[in-house]
Amino acid sequence: MSGFNIDAFMAHRFGGHAGALGIVYHAKGPGWVELALPYRDALIGDPASGVLASGPIIALMDMATSIAVWVKRDRFAPQATLDLRVDYLRPAVPGRTVIGRGECLRLTRSIAFVRGIAYDETPDDPLAQVAGTFMLMDRAA
Amino acid sequence: MSPLDALPPYAELLGITLTPRDGAAPTLLLPFRDAVLGRPGFLHGGAIAGLLEVAAIVSLQHALAGEGGGRIKPVNVTVDFMRGGRDKPTHAEGIVTRLGTRIANVEALAWQDDRARPIASARMNYLIVRE
Repeated sequence: MSGFNIDAFMAHRFGGHAGALGIVYHAKGPGWVELALPYRDALIGDPASGVLASGPIIALMDMATSIAVWVKRDRFAPQATLDLRVDYLRPAVPGRTVIGRGECLRLTRSIAFVRGIAYDETPDDPLAQVAGTFMLMDRAA
Repeated sequence: MSPLDALPPYAELLGITLTPRDGAAPTLLLPFRDAVLGRPGFLHGGAIAGLLEVAAIVSLQHALAGEGGGRIKPVNVTVDFMRGGRDKPTHAEGIVTRLGTRIANVEALAWQDDRARPIASARMNYLIVRE
């Protein structure tokens, strides 16, 4: 299959884990894709402060960077996350939607290198930064 | 209820339960169900990462309880995904490698049938605010 139509892909609501977290499409631009994670009590990791757990933010960034790879390749193909590193720069502000912006920096024959940020107000004040790699499963090593 | 028994709402959304162990932090059990599904038949990487982070925090809370407690703030996490998570229960365990005055280094491991064949592992740094 060739060609990745992000608008058609995003027209469907996510099911499974992404649906359970409430992750939805947010925006796209040159070289980046954004997904949104609306604040919900069910995603709280620290009941005392109401701050979101870090797990939903990893899921958000895994998906945003994964979709960025499909956009860059213009191809929807299976890929496996090799590793993902997240720096939690500051807590997400309780009540705010978290936006995850993913970019694919570089494609090799079998690996995609990605990075991204998560923010809840402006991209200039990120709450997390991520770096990761995906293995492209439709390519020979 | 002690904080060791209380899982946050996010852990309940994942469906995590704790299995107590004598003299050690509980292990975690994540049943396979739609809320943790990625591509058909496989766990979502984000759900695996979330399970590892909850396992790390449970083990760190257990270690801190012996020292008067403290608040835990995540600094970073690196997750390695080794095998696809299949449609079966997943176990996880956190290991506190070093508990300092201000920083804790924690590892976590997730496996399905065989602990020696993990599906994912993670390393975390946490900031500790002593009470």
